[in-house]
Amino acid sequence: MKKELKVSAIKDGTVIDHISPGKAMDVVRILKLEDYDNSVTIAMNVRSSLFEKKDIVKIENRELSEEEVNEIALIAPESTINIIKNYEVVEKRKIELPDLIKGILSCMNPNCISRREGTPKFIVEKKKPITIRCYYCERLMEGDEILKRLRI
Amino acid sequence: MNMKDRDIISIRDMKKEDIEYILEKSEEMEKNMEKNRNLLNGYVLSTLFFEPSTRTRLSFESAMKRLGGEVITVAEAKTSSAAKGETLTDTVKTVEQYSDVIVIRHPNEGAARLAAEAVEIPIINAGDGANQHPTQTLLDLYTIKKEYGKIDGLTIALMGDLKYGRTVHSLATALGYYNVNLIFVSPEELKMPSEIKKYLKSRGISYREISSIEEIGETDILYVTRIQKERFPDPTEYEKVRGTYKILPETLKLLGNAKIMHPLPRVDEISPKIDRTENAIYFKQARNGIPVRMAILSLVLGVIE
Ligand SMILES: [Zn+2]
Repeated sequence: MKKELKVSAIKDGTVIDHISPGKAMDVVRILKLEDYDNSVTIAMNVRSSLFEKKDIVKIENRELSEEEVNEIALIAPESTINIIKNYEVVEKRKIELPDLIKGILSCMNPNCISRREGTPKFIVEKKKPITIRCYYCERLMEGDEILKRLRI
Repeated sequence: MNMKDRDIISIRDMKKEDIEYILEKSEEMEKNMEKNRNLLNGYVLSTLFFEPSTRTRLSFESAMKRLGGEVITVAEAKTSSAAKGETLTDTVKTVEQYSDVIVIRHPNEGAARLAAEAVEIPIINAGDGANQHPTQTLLDLYTIKKEYGKIDGLTIALMGDLKYGRTVHSLATALGYYNVNLIFVSPEELKMPSEIKKYLKSRGISYREISSIEEIGETDILYVTRIQKERFPDPTEYEKVRGTYKILPETLKLLGNAKIMHPLPRVDEISPKIDRTENAIYFKQARNGIPVRMAILSLVLGVIE
């Protein structure tokens, strides 16, 4: 007999899988899913193997833009994106952080020119753990500093 | 090397070859002052200072004029454009119409980079907040090289506010390209940031961190910077620290033949009595800004290669 799924399947939409445990709510916030019209299913601490846990976010009737994927890459780089059509996974996308991030977060330095004018830009210096450098003021940002500056 | 239209924004953009090339050209400039008197004839430099720095502005203006170029200046850029609500982008785009190269100083970090994105002509960063002041670093390197004929193999001590000091961060970063021994002399509260120490380690540069002049021992260069009162929440702590990092005539006994550098202006961290000694090279250092800026202006305007 087939095991019952812990998270119900969706017909069309996007499943963000393999999110590090505890990060699901950050993903929800970044994608502004609180106000989303269709159903959103959040699963936390799902056992993915004997030793590992993960979070999952399922969003009905929605595909993610490139910008949104980059945002997820910043906070949950290990997650994967599955695009679902008619209950089938039609595409699996591994999240890849681009070398240059534009516009999705603001610089942590209050004296940075990008806080006053233009579009913030960051060079990805290191992918693990994620370390980015402001293209303008050259400050390094990592971990929580990045999360706090995301336009949530 | 063709550096025509290159922006000079940050030492971090520069490879060792770029730095060496600029130093080489600076030396040629210094040797041929007379010959180059009309090199930039017909070129116009705009100096755009959103915060005052008379010294830096005059140094650039002198460099341009010594090459026969013209200078137009917005000394009070802050009051004239920003106050009217004009964006930095619009200001530099307008000034671009009047000139061939722009030197910019701005209180916000990243301003020079933003300006460089907005215009086609070369931008030279003369200080963007606490971030970069690359021509200062180049003239520092030029001074060291001129004094010793080399940079490799030297011991260089940086002293003062190493935590917030833009000058020492840039200089330490640039010295990462050379085979040097570094000594960081600062109070505990104002130590060199770990980012820079990590970078130096990755380049195999050895450094020592100490908290007093007495511990320096032998060094070829002692680079002194000011410790600002604002850095200390407790004024008595500041008073204590301040006296410890002063160069007085009796300090020289500890320093041997070390050459003393300082980005100027100084307040009281180096006694004027030091000025006449063989150790003092900080006024020479200021003068070295001229050939270095002459070389940079000529290079980015594509008049020399
Ligand atoms: Zn910044």
